[in-house]
Amino acid sequence: MTSGNLIDHLQSGLWKDNPGLVQLLGLCPLLAVTTTLVNGFGLGIATLLVLTFSNALVSLTRRWIRPEIRIPIYVLIIASLVTCIELIFKACFPTLDRSLGIFIPLIVTNCAIVARAEIFASRNPIGASIADGIGMGAGFALLLMAIGAFRELVGQASILSRLDMITGGETFNGISFADSGLLLAILPPGAFFSLALAVALKNHIDRKRRISRGATMPRSLRQHRK
Amino acid sequence: MKEHTVFKTGITLAMIAAICTALVAATFQMTIDRIAANEKALLEQSLQPALSGVFYDGDVSESRLVIPPPHELPGNDAAIIYRVFAANEPVAALFAVTARDGFSGPIRILLGVDVSGTVTGVRILQHRETPGLGDKIESSRSDWVFQFEGRSIGNPTVTAWALKGDGGEFDQLTGASVTPRAVLKAIRNTLLYFDAHRDEIFLAEASEEDK
Repeated sequence: MTSGNLIDHLQSGLWKDNPGLVQLLGLCPLLAVTTTLVNGFGLGIATLLVLTFSNALVSLTRRWIRPEIRIPIYVLIIASLVTCIELIFKACFPTLDRSLGIFIPLIVTNCAIVARAEIFASRNPIGASIADGIGMGAGFALLLMAIGAFRELVGQASILSRLDMITGGETFNGISFADSGLLLAILPPGAFFSLALAVALKNHIDRKRRISRGATMPRSLRQHRK
Repeated sequence: MKEHTVFKTGITLAMIAAICTALVAATFQMTIDRIAANEKALLEQSLQPALSGVFYDGDVSESRLVIPPPHELPGNDAAIIYRVFAANEPVAALFAVTARDGFSGPIRILLGVDVSGTVTGVRILQHRETPGLGDKIESSRSDWVFQFEGRSIGNPTVTAWALKGDGGEFDQLTGASVTPRAVLKAIRNTLLYFDAHRDEIFLAEASEEDK
């Protein structure tokens, strides 16, 4: 395994195969908790940790696991990891845990995690699996934060509200720009609009890139490179 | 699958289950004390705002009294009362009650009452009211809940414990009428209950911790 490959695995999760933007996996937490940047960050980090460790464990045990029992074993591993992360959050970030509520235990049902175990970690060595977990997890976390920040900015006209849930200390109500924002962004439909905008933006950037690359490189070469 | 492979597969599954259980158990052991301390601190912290201007000693959360339904307090779930003492004399009581008639689901209210029956503070613990409209009952979103501080049954009289639009003395919220009406009714009924049962509340033994 070369380091170039590892970086490829990291990048694929961040952009090319982003679990939220391209695979559209794990939408339930993505839509539900992204009302603020801090909430998105909290769930993003929790998902990143679970995904990285579950990829590592699945990859470690892949030689002993018969295909017939792989799904129960993935569920076991993921459920235990999520329980551990939940306990750690409760101990270290009690207010953040309260704010995210049921969505931390619900990481178990995030299909992005089972998908990575099945598609990637069960067929690749541990180094690549960890890189893939970090890449996918970070891609998901960054998307959650971006949508959280967008909805918070539009909906509440503030940013970084309740930052104290991560750092501790006094209640911090965020940097406010106006008295009130466009309420729609905070309500559930706002989540769908924001996700749609994010997907559209990604496709737009990809298309621009393809066009500019296509102009300088013949088709056959491009395919070869890939 | 052959029989011995089934057996081997079962062993693999059992071993991984054992490892996972050990992992969770270890994390649980490492975090249990901090989680308990956090929960207690959070509870004490969340009770404090409803006790403005009350001097007390000890931990409020240790004097918990759980009143299982049916009871005369608002809500049809268990009502929780915390008794507040200073030098073993009762000074105030905190009620956690539920208003059933919110706009979207129950509203959990924390109400502090001093021993004479005057409100020392109201906070909304939990609700699902519309963001931007009904959620102004939260103390962080508007001053609405502060108007109850210093009021009691008699100030104003029971009949004037209503929103201004309903012929009472209390401010309403723009864009929401069901929500504040529900909260106000729950506060009024809790105060009436406190006036009627004051002595039993302070004399009752603290409820066991439910674990």
